[in-house]
Amino acid sequence: MELQINDQTVTVIAEPDLPLLWVLRDHLGMTGTKYGCGMALCGACTVLIDGQALRSCVLPVAQAVGKKITTIEGIGASPVGAALQGAWQEINVPQCGYCQAGQIMSAAALLRAKPAPTDADIDAAMSGNICRCGTYTRIRTAIKQAAIHGGGSK
Amino acid sequence: MSAAHEMLATTKALNRREFLLRLQAAGGLLLIADGLKIAKAADAPKYGAEGMEHGTVDNPLVFLAIAEDGAVTIIVHRSEMGQGVRTGMPLIVADELEADWSKVHVQQAPADEVKYGNQDTDGSRSTRHFLDPMRRCGAAARMMLEQAAALSWNVPAAEVRAINHEVVHEKSGRRLGYGALAKRAAKLPLPPAAALRLKTAQQFRYIGKGGVALLDGRDIVTGQAQYGIDPWFKDMSFAVIARSPVLGGTVKHFEGDAAAAAPGVQKVLQMPSSVANATFHPLAGVAVIANSTGAAIAARKLLKIEWDDGPNGSYDSDVYRAMLQDSARKPGKVVRESGDVDAAFKSAARSIEAEYYIPHIAHATMEPPCGVARIVAGKCEVWAPTQAPQVTREDVAKHLGIPAENVTVHVTLLGGGFGRKSKPDFAIEAALLSQAMDGRPVKVTWTREDDLHHDFLHTVSVEYMKAGVGADGKVSAWLHRSVAPSLATIFNPKADHEIGAELGMGFINLPYEIPNLRLENPQASAHCRIGWFRSVSNIPHAFAVQCFVSELAAGANKDHRDYLLDLIGPARKIDPDSQQDHWNHGESPQRYPVDTGRLRHVLEVATKEAGWGKAFARGRGQGLAVHYSFLSYAAAVVEVDIDADGRIAVPRVDVAFDCGPQVNPERIRSQLEGAVIMGLSLALFGEITFKKGRAQQDNLHQYRLMRMNEAPGDIRIHLIPASDWTMPLGGVGEPGVPPIAPALCNAVFAATGKRIRRLPIREQAKG
Repeated sequence: MELQINDQTVTVIAEPDLPLLWVLRDHLGMTGTKYGCGMALCGACTVLIDGQALRSCVLPVAQAVGKKITTIEGIGASPVGAALQGAWQEINVPQCGYCQAGQIMSAAALLRAKPAPTDADIDAAMSGNICRCGTYTRIRTAIKQAAIHGGGSK
Repeated sequence: MSAAHEMLATTKALNRREFLLRLQAAGGLLLIADGLKIAKAADAPKYGAEGMEHGTVDNPLVFLAIAEDGAVTIIVHRSEMGQGVRTGMPLIVADELEADWSKVHVQQAPADEVKYGNQDTDGSRSTRHFLDPMRRCGAAARMMLEQAAALSWNVPAAEVRAINHEVVHEKSGRRLGYGALAKRAAKLPLPPAAALRLKTAQQFRYIGKGGVALLDGRDIVTGQAQYGIDPWFKDMSFAVIARSPVLGGTVKHFEGDAAAAAPGVQKVLQMPSSVANATFHPLAGVAVIANSTGAAIAARKLLKIEWDDGPNGSYDSDVYRAMLQDSARKPGKVVRESGDVDAAFKSAARSIEAEYYIPHIAHATMEPPCGVARIVAGKCEVWAPTQAPQVTREDVAKHLGIPAENVTVHVTLLGGGFGRKSKPDFAIEAALLSQAMDGRPVKVTWTREDDLHHDFLHTVSVEYMKAGVGADGKVSAWLHRSVAPSLATIFNPKADHEIGAELGMGFINLPYEIPNLRLENPQASAHCRIGWFRSVSNIPHAFAVQCFVSELAAGANKDHRDYLLDLIGPARKIDPDSQQDHWNHGESPQRYPVDTGRLRHVLEVATKEAGWGKAFARGRGQGLAVHYSFLSYAAAVVEVDIDADGRIAVPRVDVAFDCGPQVNPERIRSQLEGAVIMGLSLALFGEITFKKGRAQQDNLHQYRLMRMNEAPGDIRIHLIPASDWTMPLGGVGEPGVPPIAPALCNAVFAATGKRIRRLPIREQAKG
């Protein structure tokens, strides 16, 4: 089947019900998207499907066919993604960094929908993403900074 | 048994690996005791880094390379798991080298302790142990560059000076970049240790300063960073394993045909399990190898396995809790005693008792255990997120039956460690499965269920506390019984008392001014894998002591802070040996006494900054706790807001922290911020329970971790500046955690009048 990933068309041979996460990571070697729970509980595997943040660990690959898939490897091409990546670095958000790809993907979907998010917006959009190192306060700060520095204007 | 543990407890510089090796090599405890006696008689005690296996190395030719274009590559030999060591260690070398940070690159060392020195990344000791060696390393290289420049210009070395990636001869105005000097410098002899000119603290440009960005920051945010789960090869196979649900269980029979016929599956095989289920050996089980992890997970569901549960098949954590309580209510092995406790209880105006329970906690690193291995021509390469590279190398070699020099361990980034990844069973599994696939690269991934079911769990503990108090409310007698299965049980399943390292974590080394005191450690056996979890035994010990002091203060109708300061007593330096703490984190008791002045100070700062004593509406309040661990001093004030349904919000946490000199204050802050979240997480939700020997929590809906909407919006870290750089360094990664849970529970009491004596809190704050 054909997939549109980060503005490129790729062909993969996989079972239609195989979660997109494993197609990305194991079939295509795109390992930026992480496994964390396999049940859409932690958000480490978050990708954008037509701009919406979804958990790729429970998304059958067949359902992503014909849609625009954006991963952490491609999000920097958009102003929102670049602003978030910049803010994340300026604030030194990551500790181990493992969950941060998923965090940035969720934040990108948030800023696209709400260019100037409130704390409640951030809670609602980001509470599906667990950070075991506990970087939440810095993630919040970084999202607000990215919003101010143009990330929120698409 | 107890004699052997006495020996373990009294060995000053015992580290985890020595402990492991001795237990393994001995095969019997008598031998260990003898071995230690001999070692003790022959050698003066070694402290700090020198007490660790393979000690330290400070040779710049090992850790440093300078290219002709001036690019500096610094080798980091400790594992990065979020604590910032890949930034912090190079920062030290670069400072003494007088290098331009923008020209510094970092390379991760493979496992090779003979070359690099000890690589065990745990115990909050990387910076503490390697600040000085890394400074010497950078300084030696700087002096060699200066010498090379002096020779080039034919001037005395004393006339030249390294400044910002160049060597300058001020008299003549000549200057040469590091790149131009590197070749010549590398051929010069290393300066002798006595001749090394280290910088003064005033000359530091990176050490102790802010403004150094994370070296891996860009790779992390762009998805390029390589964790243990990330190596990828075109011909790679992907494996998951169905492991015995009970510790010590084995496969009686399995049917794998359906799994083998599932899409993408390449092989189904029983894990070779030639060794008992102890130390870091893989558990018995059945592996499914496929063309993707997802295919392997799906096929694993089709396995039919009949297990022999073995001796732990009846482990039930409710029953076990009752057993621990029973033990805690009876006298146990006395580990420290002073004054006459029994007489003091008799003469006390009244006595107060309380019992605290802290359950098993899982590490739940966001990156679950995982590893990659391939074997080519008898040589094995492993990629692993390991905190213990050398142990990984040795254990992989042992299991493959090849010499350790034929095993290369590439240390990847760790997606969280917290002690779990000191135990490299996951890397051994990858190596064994690669062997079964004729050397083909195999990636083993633990699913989250695997991780929660088979962790090396934080111990489970009952802490019994009793105090005799006078009419003035002051404590005259103190009895504390700590009962918990020891982490020593993974090395020796029969171990049944806390070892010196566990006792020395906030139990035996209680630094309070109490005239009559007895500390006891009753027996406890283990029925699941017990391992070290960030902060280890400090978690139950600090929880019990800090909650109990709050109860005593309330009983005496005194302010908690004032009461605690009074209990700590005046500023003084306590010799750990005088407290029967002969472990002292492996550090010298002279260099690292327990300083009650510093303990008082962090408590005073945290409470002052948090506005301690201010009035709150019902349902809101503050709680505090202070704890000394890993040679650092930490106090926390937690503020809660509890609604009518007992839901606990934590709007603000203040932490005051004194770890002595601060090499990278920015990462110290981030570690403490994270410690707040981890401490709140375990206090509110953290528990693994067992029925029929099986862990009951399957995934993160049942083992809850704190989320963004639950996290404090306001975490304030107050770092206590060190008086000067001659002060010894304390640890950073772990000591922030222990005060958080008791401070939270004390805040719940302040807000609601309810005492929390059992973790996790869950619904207990409900009216």
